[in-house]
Amino acid sequence: MGPVLAGVLQLLALIVALGLAYVPLGDYMARVYSSDKHLRVEKWIYKAIGADPDTQMRWPAYLRGVLAFSFVGVLFLYLLQRLQGVLPGSLGFSSIDPDQAFNTAVSFVTNTNWQSYYGEQAMGHLVQTAGLAVQNFVSAAVGIAVAVALVRGLARSRTGELGNFWSDLVRGVVRILLPFCVVAAVVLVACGVIQNFSGIHEVGQFMGGSQQWNGGAVASQEAVKEFGTNGGGYFNANSAHPFENPTPFTNLFEIFLLLVIPFALTRTFGRMVGSLKQGYAILAAMAAIWVGFVALMMWTEFAHHGPAFDIAGGAMEGKEQRIGVGASSIFAVSTTLTSTGAVDSFHSSFTGLGGGITILGMQLGEIAPGGTGSGLYGMLIMAVIAVFIAGLMVGRTPEYLGKKIGTREIKFAACYILVTPALVLVFTAAAMALPTPGHSMANSGAHGFSEILYAYSSAANNNGSAFAGLNANTQWFNTTLGLAMALGRFLPMVFVLALAGSLAEQRPVPVTAGTLRTEKPLFTGLLVGAILIITGLTYFPALALGPLAEGLAS
Amino acid sequence: MNNSVTNTARLLWAGLRALLVLTLVTGVIYPLAVTGIAQGIFPGRANGSEIRADGKVVGSSLIGQAYNLPLRKGEQTPAPDLKWFQGRPQNGLGSNTVNTRYKLILSGATNRSGDNKDLIAWVTAAKAAVIKDNSVPGYTVSPSAVPADAVTSSGSGLDPDISPAYADLQIHRIADRNGLSVAQVRKLVDAHTEGRTLGFIGEPRVNVLELNIGLKELVEKVS
Repeated sequence: MGPVLAGVLQLLALIVALGLAYVPLGDYMARVYSSDKHLRVEKWIYKAIGADPDTQMRWPAYLRGVLAFSFVGVLFLYLLQRLQGVLPGSLGFSSIDPDQAFNTAVSFVTNTNWQSYYGEQAMGHLVQTAGLAVQNFVSAAVGIAVAVALVRGLARSRTGELGNFWSDLVRGVVRILLPFCVVAAVVLVACGVIQNFSGIHEVGQFMGGSQQWNGGAVASQEAVKEFGTNGGGYFNANSAHPFENPTPFTNLFEIFLLLVIPFALTRTFGRMVGSLKQGYAILAAMAAIWVGFVALMMWTEFAHHGPAFDIAGGAMEGKEQRIGVGASSIFAVSTTLTSTGAVDSFHSSFTGLGGGITILGMQLGEIAPGGTGSGLYGMLIMAVIAVFIAGLMVGRTPEYLGKKIGTREIKFAACYILVTPALVLVFTAAAMALPTPGHSMANSGAHGFSEILYAYSSAANNNGSAFAGLNANTQWFNTTLGLAMALGRFLPMVFVLALAGSLAEQRPVPVTAGTLRTEKPLFTGLLVGAILIITGLTYFPALALGPLAEGLAS
Repeated sequence: MNNSVTNTARLLWAGLRALLVLTLVTGVIYPLAVTGIAQGIFPGRANGSEIRADGKVVGSSLIGQAYNLPLRKGEQTPAPDLKWFQGRPQNGLGSNTVNTRYKLILSGATNRSGDNKDLIAWVTAAKAAVIKDNSVPGYTVSPSAVPADAVTSSGSGLDPDISPAYADLQIHRIADRNGLSVAQVRKLVDAHTEGRTLGFIGEPRVNVLELNIGLKELVEKVS
């Protein structure tokens, strides 16, 4: 069997596995967020929080909950890193500098997991386990909560009530993320991912001498890193590190984990709005983009154009032998079309066009299938834009799921889709215009520009992967990327929740012969077209200067 | 005004309590429970898949190693010990200032692009070295026979594996340097070649450390 066929079969196996999980997981999540009952452990948690989980919140209250919880999270994680040197469990690592601690705190709270530090040389057990891994759980749960609030806004009418933030947060952690992560972590350990609390210790080598290892609770963090579309590696090499991703099977399993919630949430959405077909239409748009991108990536990586790859006879630079070109391509596309940002191979050493595909994946807004929650709400915003465009074409007031998309709604949706491009392009332009940021580039020419474009695309879209040659541990990058992550996470959430509140207040309009049927393939096509055209028009000039220039030259 | 300050404070206090209790659940209980299960059922795996040879630990089956001669005077980097099978190049390790050559293992890639001058030079040099080192009397390596993994650095810089093609290419050299027959070494390589999982997942590979341990045993048995 050739590597291309093996790559295609791995893709098919992944599709089958995701298909098998789709209905049970999607329905389960719908039940979790619709149920009136509280588990005993949840009641105990609500008591500790001092919140009544049965109080319904309107959108401003829901948003305040999100912002307060996230603000406290940033502060806590910042202090934990700043104090690492004097706290136990530091492995002897010193406290993190203020700019890097700010960057990392924002990064993990926003589900980005951009890392300007080297995991194995900076973060001890305490910060990794009680700080970073915790945000892997709760930032994912916050994302799902906001998506569920938007779905409720679509499903409910003549109320402004979107649910209870504390209840959605706690249920996401306790009923969805935790139980599956325990199982996934044990599977990973069984395959060789480490899970211990050893300090730095010497291990003998074949030729004599020794290597120094540090241990860590890697499997438990790896599971939630993928399942919650976080992506922050325990080690610098992330999922390319054999202790995080030891076998070809774990590689495929990790891709499965990072895709399964975002895809299954479309089923949850269909359930909660009372029409599974509406969920399938959204799913089809996500799946079409994902499969299309994987196909393009495999094509360019197997063709391996580029001077160094031509000499080598393959694009294996930055890729692991056990994983190979095919599975690395699937991972790279999946991680950049979700908000994960974990890597099993280094995108900077992909072909010029392959690197461009990873950048474009993030710039689409990470909606195919996107992050936990953020993928669904991002895609629903695009659905609103798509019905609006369709409405303009036929001269009718657009509707989505029986809700009128009026001036107010379209303003929120438009603001949503303007935030991240503005952040990406303005910060990239500023970094290129100023004299010093360019010194961080590891490559020159078009690829050097791509490193910076990648960094801001990754931060503003809350991805976290990088063209990692860029030295991002400078005050400029730590600060501006930190701001891009925070604004790229919370401003869109403001617009999503405002839109949800506005939709929830409406009375539904009856379906007529003139209604655009949003559960039909025609709409899926319109949606994919709208996404590609809007993103393409926004980013084409920037992409032409970087990855397209590099890719077309080789 | 006062009212909104109080409300904000109350909200932040609720947020802090939520964070602390969820930290207890996901940051303390969860990792400890997983560690307990892992250490109970898979202690070897959970502690790094260490391999022993002659009664002592010689590394991990998952982490690549260097098989070099001791550093001689005037050398920047040690020369490979050609008695042993060689792994993938370690440009990711020596040159990007991140790595300290397997001292405290620090993982990372070169992150060089396909048109990068350094990378072109590294790959060209590595290819020339692979051809030179592995061409022995009666066996010349042709440039087209050198697989990509033999001349490129991995993502982690710690890749424990090479492709079967790269292992095959080293057979004549290994036989020559160790006084073994080509057939003996080929048999050893075949025994250590692992195909794709279930026939289609990942790529075929040879674990270099396990192969070298096998080679050492073979040499000792023959002599």
